Formats: sequence, C-alpha cells, structure tokens
Amino acid sequence: MSRTFLGLPRTLRRPDDAGADQPFGPVPHPQEPLRWGDDFPAAAKQTLKNDQLRRNLGHATQVIRTKRAAVVGEVPDWEALRDAGSAVKQQVMAHLPDLLQQLEENVVARGGVVHWARDAAEANRIVADIAKAKGADEVVKVKSMATQEIGLNEALADEGIAAIETDLAELIVQLADDMPSHILVPAIHRNRSEIRDIFLARMGDAPPDLSDVPRELAMAARAHLRRKFLSAKVAVSGANFAVADTGTLAVVESEGNGRMCLTLPETLVTVMGIEKLVPTFDDLEVFLQLLPRSSTGERMNPYTSLWTGVTPGDGPQEFHLVLLDNGRTDVLADEVGRSALHCIRCSACLNVCPVYERVGGHAYGSVYPGPIGAILTPQLTASTGGVSGHHDPNASLPYASSLCGACYEVCPVKIDIPSILVDLRAREVDADRSTRGVDPWRTAMKAASWVMADGDRFALAGRAATLGSGLGGRDHAISVAPPPASAWTKARDLPAPPRQTFREWWKTREDDRPTGTTPATAEEDA
Amino acid sequence: MTTARTEVLARVRAALGQTGSGTTPSGKVGTAPHPEPVPRAYRAAGEHAVGSPEVLEQLVDRLVDYKAHVHQVSADALPATIATLVAELSEPRRGIARPGSDNSPGPELSEPQGGIAPPGSDNSRGVRVVVPDGLDDAWLAALPEDVDVVRDSREHPLAATDLDAVAAVVTAARVAISETGTIVLDGEPDQGRRAVSLVPDVHLCVVRADQAVQTVPEAVRLLGEHPERPLTWISGPSATSDIELDRVEGVHGPRTLHVLLVAPRG
Amino acid sequence: MRIALAATCLADTLFPGAPRATVRLLERLGHEVVFPADQACCGQMHVNTGYFREAVPVIRNHVETFAPVADGEWDAVVMPSGSCTGSVRHQQAMVCRRAGLEDLAATAEAVSAKTYELSELLVDVLGLTDVGAWFPHRVTYHPTCHSLRMLHVGDKPLRLLRAVEAIDLVELPAADSCCGFGGTFALKNADTSAAMLEDKTANVRGTGAEVLTAGDMSCLMHIGGGLSRQGTGIRALHLAEVLASTREEPTPLPETMFTRPERERPARTEAAR
Repeated sequence: MSRTFLGLPRTLRRPDDAGADQPFGPVPHPQEPLRWGDDFPAAAKQTLKNDQLRRNLGHATQVIRTKRAAVVGEVPDWEALRDAGSAVKQQVMAHLPDLLQQLEENVVARGGVVHWARDAAEANRIVADIAKAKGADEVVKVKSMATQEIGLNEALADEGIAAIETDLAELIVQLADDMPSHILVPAIHRNRSEIRDIFLARMGDAPPDLSDVPRELAMAARAHLRRKFLSAKVAVSGANFAVADTGTLAVVESEGNGRMCLTLPETLVTVMGIEKLVPTFDDLEVFLQLLPRSSTGERMNPYTSLWTGVTPGDGPQEFHLVLLDNGRTDVLADEVGRSALHCIRCSACLNVCPVYERVGGHAYGSVYPGPIGAILTPQLTASTGGVSGHHDPNASLPYASSLCGACYEVCPVKIDIPSILVDLRAREVDADRSTRGVDPWRTAMKAASWVMADGDRFALAGRAATLGSGLGGRDHAISVAPPPASAWTKARDLPAPPRQTFREWWKTREDDRPTGTTPATAEEDA
Repeated sequence: MTTARTEVLARVRAALGQTGSGTTPSGKVGTAPHPEPVPRAYRAAGEHAVGSPEVLEQLVDRLVDYKAHVHQVSADALPATIATLVAELSEPRRGIARPGSDNSPGPELSEPQGGIAPPGSDNSRGVRVVVPDGLDDAWLAALPEDVDVVRDSREHPLAATDLDAVAAVVTAARVAISETGTIVLDGEPDQGRRAVSLVPDVHLCVVRADQAVQTVPEAVRLLGEHPERPLTWISGPSATSDIELDRVEGVHGPRTLHVLLVAPRG
Repeated sequence: MRIALAATCLADTLFPGAPRATVRLLERLGHEVVFPADQACCGQMHVNTGYFREAVPVIRNHVETFAPVADGEWDAVVMPSGSCTGSVRHQQAMVCRRAGLEDLAATAEAVSAKTYELSELLVDVLGLTDVGAWFPHRVTYHPTCHSLRMLHVGDKPLRLLRAVEAIDLVELPAADSCCGFGGTFALKNADTSAAMLEDKTANVRGTGAEVLTAGDMSCLMHIGGGLSRQGTGIRALHLAEVLASTREEPTPLPETMFTRPERERPARTEAAR
C-alpha cells in the first residue's frame, strides 16, 4: 500500500505513531475551521507537489465543468435567471433585519423554535443543549458547510455526543479523520482503494471482502448508515434556502441521506447562516434552477426537501432553527465585499478556477476553498485579523488568484469575485500602512508610482533600462536574476531590455520628418 | 442582558448603515445598500401546455435518462399495471449479492429487491406493500389476495423499521416537471407521509398527465398555493459521485422508481 | 481617423515591437497615429496589487494625457493590450471615486468610452476583419483572460487572424485557460503560476506552431519566457506584429524568443537622407 499524502498543511500532519500500516489519519483537526495555518503560497507549494491530487482534481473539475456547460447551454433564459438571482440576493441583504424577523415569525407560527447564535461557540452550545435535552448521545448529520465552519462535530464530541456524518464523502472524510478538500465532493482527493482501506479499518461493519468497486463501496455505506437512520432520535442539518414569507426551509441533495435525516428522527436541528434567505416562496423558482445546474451539472438533483416548521404526524415533531452570524455581519458591512454573502454554495467557481484545480482545497486553509473561499474566509474572520491582520494567513487569500475571471463567468448569482479580490487586496494594503518597518513591496510600489505618474520621468526610466540591452547574451533572454526577480526567472526567462524604447523610436521618427511637418526640437537623438 | 437575537439584529442593522445600532463584531458601521429592482425576464412558463404531448414526451425522456422505469398507461389499465409490478416483487427474493472475488459486477440495480427483512418465510407469497391512507382504492383493485396492503397515515404511522420490511410503496403525486424530469410529492393523503416514499426500496408513483408542467416556475407557483406542506422533489433515484466521480445510483432512498404516467382520458 | 496610441508601459519599455507594429498597421490602413508623450501607465499594476492610493497619480496622468479624445481632438485611443483596456474601462473611475475625485472619475469615464483594445478598434470601429496582412507561418492564438472575460472581444482576434494571407492558424487546446501571469501573482504565488505556465506551454508546444500570438504583451512575456526557458524555439509575437506584416514589409521572426525590434532604425524620409 503506497503512502498517500493527505494534502494537509505541514503544521497539521503528524507521523503516524499508532504503528499500524495506515496511510491515513489520525490527524489533528485545526482548532479554527476558517484558519488552518500556513499562508497560501506556502500551503500551495506543498500541495502542488502532490501529483495524484492534481490528477484527481484536474480530472474531476474538468468532468464537472463539461457537464455544467452542457446543462447550462440547454437553458434559454440562463442569463435572465442569473440576473434575477443576483438581484434577489441584493434585496435580501438590503432588507435582512425585516426578512429575518419575518422568517422567525413564520417558523414559530408553524411550531418551530428559532435560536440565534452570535458565533460558533454559541451555536455549538445551542445544538449540544438540544441533543442533551433529548437524551441523545448520537446525532445524524446531513452535510452542512455551516456546521463545518463552526466545528460542530468536535464541539459535540467534547460534550460526549457523536455526530455521524451521513453524506458518503463526509463519511469518508470523517472515518479517515481527514479534512474536506472541495465544497461539493469533499473526498475528491481520495481514490477508490484508499476509500476501501478506510472503510475496512474504520467502519466496523464493512464486509471483510469489500472490493474497491465504487458501487460496492456505496452499498457498504448504505448498509452501515441505514441502521443509524432507522434509529436516530436527533438529526442536524444545514439549509440551502429559507423562505421568509412562509418559513419554509429547503435542502438540496443527491444521496437521500438528507431525506433520511430530515424525516425519520423525532427532533431536527437546522443550522443556517443568516444570509441564506430568499424573500418569497416564488423566488425558489429561480434558485432551484440555478443551483443544480451550477453545482453537479444536472438538470435537477435527485432529491430536494422542503418543510415548514412541524407537520403533525409527518416527520420530526420538534424542529429547531439556529440562525448563525459568526462574522457574516462583518461581511455585510462592506459595500463591495458584501455580495460574497450572495453565495448559494454551488462550487461552480471551484470547478473552473485554474488555481484551485492545481492546488486543491486544503491549500486555502479553510472549509471554504477556491475563489469564494478567497473572498469569504478573510471577511468572515475580519474581527480576528482576516483581511488586515499582519501575519494572518487569511490575508494571503485574496492574492491567491490570477484574476482570470472564470469564476465570475460561471457564478449563478453573478458575484464579481475578481473585483472583490482586488478590493480586499486594497483593504489589506491600507491596513498594513500603519505597521512599522520596511515593506519591500510598498517601497517598490511607491517608487513605481512616482515614475509612472509622469511621462518625462517614465521616459527617463525607460532609457535607463535600455542600458541593460546587452544582458542575456545572444538570445537576449535573462535566465538568472537576483531576488525578487529570481521568483520570475526560476520558471521563465526575462527579456533583455531593447536597445530603444518605443517612445525613443517614435521621437526619432518625428525628428526625422521633413522640416515644417513637426516643430524642430533641440533634443538630442535617442 | 442583551439576547443573542437582539445583538445579531443590531449587528445586521449596523452593517447596513443604520446609526444608533452599535457596530459589527469588528467594529464597523456599513453603508446602506441600494439594490436594483429584481428583473424577472426569465421564463414564467414553457411554450408547451400542461399535459400536452410535448411535455409528456419530454418528461418520459428525462425519467428514462435518470433510469426510472416509465409505464405509460390509460386510467383503465392502471390497476393491472400496478398488479403486474407488484407481482414482480414476489419473485425469488434477491438480497444484495456480493460480487465474486474477481470483481464481477453485482446485480443490476434496476432489479426489484424484496426488502431486507422477509415479510413471510415463503418467497413467493406475502409481499407487503404500503400505501398512503388516501390513495385511490380502485388502483389496488387488481392486486391478488396474497398481497398484504398496509395503510399508513399520520394518525396511524408505521414505525421506520416496519417500513423497512415492506417491498414497495404506491403513491400519487402533486406535480411533475418535464424539463427536469422531476416529480413532487406534497404529503397529502394520497401521497402519504414522507417516510413511506423514502424507506421502502421500490416506489411506484402514479402521475396523471394533467399534472405535468414544462418548467420549474410553473411547478413552484402551483406548490406555492400550499407552501406549508412537506414537499419532496424527486428527480430519479439517489446518486453519488463522491468516489472518484464515478456515479453510483441508489445510495439511500428507493433504488427502484416506477413512474406510472396515466394518459389523459378521451 | 486620428488615433491616439497608448503604448502601455510594458511594451514601451520592453517590447517596443508591439506598439511599433500598431503604428505601422494603422498608418497602412490610412489613419493618422498620434503618440501623446506625457503618457506612462494606466495604473493597472498598482490597482490589482491593492495600492489604490499610489495608483491615483498614475491614473491621473493617463486620464489627463488622453482627455483630449473626449473633446474630439482625436477620434479614438487605441491600447494594444486587453488587460490595460480592461483597467481603463473597469477600474480607473472606481479608484478615482474611492479617492473622492469625482471630476477625475468623470473624465476617466469619458476617455474610456473612446478607448479600444486593438481588435476592438479594427473590427468594431474601423469595420475591418481583413487588414491586408501576409504572414506565412504556423501560428497559434492565446485569448488572454481580460480580453476574453472583461472586454468580451469574443472571436474578433481570430477573425482578424484568419484573414491573414498565407497564415497557418492552429487552434490552441484549452485556449481559455489562464496562462498564470496575473500580474504580481506570478511573483507572489510563483509556484502556482509556474504550474499554470507548464500546462499552457505544453499546449502551445503541442500545436507545432512557430509563433504564439496574443493581444497582451504581459501574458506573452510570461508564456514566451516559459517557451524560451524550455528552448522550444517558439516565438511570441503580439497580434499587432502579425497583422502589420505584409509582403512588402513582412514582420520577420525574431532571432530570439522575444519580440525584438532587431537593430531597426526608423525608415528615413527622402528629405533627411
């Protein structure tokens, strides 16, 4: 069995001291789900070395990209849907206080209980208290980014409550004691034989002759989880959408574990970010078209469940909704950055990002990776550093992009991620201005600004550069340079400066014109 | 003492630039947004009418694409079709056979499964089928005597473990969407509690032609008449692509879906 | 037409062949080209690196230099760079407003309304796809991200290239995949940038092309630098250099990887000889 690199930042990997030949886990889970350790360039450097991850991820993202393009291409009014989706979310943010209160009223009117959580710790306490009140030492979970964000499973474990993940990929990640690497397919960094090994080692009731055929693996998971579903008393879920004017919640899924968790247990707790609202029930007609095609590249995902409070005799008879802030109000406060809250967690941006495709999710050091992660993570953690913290790894995230714009093109709600990235960079630069010490970037940028703000100064600089035209030998290509230029020359040649800049050539041309066409000048030839 | 509710709402207001509301956790007061009005230029309805031949054809196409089994029947032939499908369930029960060690594929997922626990000791008799209490009895008229029909309702629900022991469930539907191949159940008496169409391994779902619309907005508007009902949107058997993006169908939920599309009368 | 040329800071200094070819091309098409000497840079680098404050004087210089186009002094401003045109169109006014400079922002917008990337100028403004070019080489085209996604130039550059006589145009696989330059991204995230470059150069090599062309010298500097390091012999030429090439005055393939103006001196007029 070959050793497998998990793709986790160096700071999180520990040598396996269990002694057994297990190439996976246990690895410590980061204390902070939104800040795992290394800054992006350092983390990326490690993950880029993992050829298997790159191959898996490159293949996966290409497959999903192609599927998405095909089903989106079928929709004649796709752009109109995007326009509506974007505008509806803008309305939600603008009217959030009223909509949240309206949602609460409607959920309560239908027999639900609404809780509010300022931060992760508070949300975790609320969930733990409900589970304990029900006498549950185990809860079944539907995949929820919000619960990952708050580290719910770990918090419940501290209270002696086991949270059983029921999404296949989350189950794999949980059994392996790993961390997810993609929003939609969290175990994409694992291949089938690794998954088989994980099941054999950790599942307990996996058939001893389990093969690595994906269907068999899925059936083993089905049998294992079915026992849990049929006996669970408490379920925890997230929500894709909450309708303010009816109190309806929606969960969009593929495997059926959502339906199991949302229907069979007596008590359901749903943790949801305060931004996941839509104003009216009819607004679902927009998002239930945008989400499935953007995320899994299907016309519609296999199962979507909608429920409002409690329906006597059908499903959970006790329903709790936990409304989570945990930094969202900081995001909301920024005029440019607030549209990051429009995200419906489809992961289309991950699948088209040339950076994500190569470095993988773990390099972003957060449960939210990829383009959306690069704008959401720093903002969510603003109050503890985030955008403007010196030495905060999250401050490196807005730079983890070549600004190619592919994400903006596919975002179903038209979040202008490249513009927000640039804006976050500006916020970081401005926050850093007050720090002491010499910052080479700032120095260089100030100097460049001075030169580039004036045609004469720039012309002079250009002329000075041409003095280097002899560099680079016959090919006029410079292969070795001192830092910081060495960052360039490590992978590519630099052109030697030309003998003559463009404006020198132009001036010579103008000077050579017959007299009377241009005014004679006293300047020397270039 | 400020409650979490008060504080969160105060933070939201502060973020939106309302003065006198304090600040956000990182000490900010935002600016008021000016959202544009929502443009609704997307299609409110398809070009084909409810229950039209084009809509039905598209629905069938999508259902087949999702590997659901589609039976187009007249209303008169419906009971017999149901009886035939139920009879298939009583064939020698197959469990989840293990593939041989040579990694040969397992049984076809579309084969009917008899449920995990045997309802009776004799394989060919005693098939148990659950139906919602409000299902049209006439649909079951052709079922043989030895089929055990159990009625489920909110007042008299089956336990989940009992549902696990039935071979199949028969329900009606509320609306179907042809563009996406979706069938929506709304928990009314002819469709039943959500658990009954979830736990059994085989789902026979009767959809009337006049319940088929072309687009999602048409369905949402219809369902919006009773948004408080527990809604389940089904678009084919469950699936996962979590293992190397290899799509596996039938993870949880019924692994076999039969859609009985009842033709319009006349 | 009287067309003002914004040469771009990068091309002016390191790749003069591109703006020179732009001049040659437009003059051949019968237009007058003007080069306002006060110009320097559009400010893109500062803006994208987050140095908005430092970008303001740079933007001001650009906007004031080209402000006459808003008064009709010239008919258009041409910038042979998708990313610079993108910055002019989508960033300059925003940065001015941030700094509280409403008047400058308004002028910036007026200037940007008359500023065109090269393929936009040729196809949309001058109404041409055949510019009378001749370039007998195998060429592959990389659509740069800003021209593709910010400016939405679509297939204009390809239509222009297809009309070039004797050209052997081959499609670049995964063409719209970013090359990895991203401005300072290439330095701040050098490893990831290099990984993206690796894939882009592999695709370029796979086409068997002699020449890689694009509308942005910045991307060409990056991809060309990679091709050079790999010793491929593939040249990187700006779109203008291909379109400026004619039978009478062909654009030679430079001896080296990068655009070189050779030892060319501007053609002397009769009177001056």
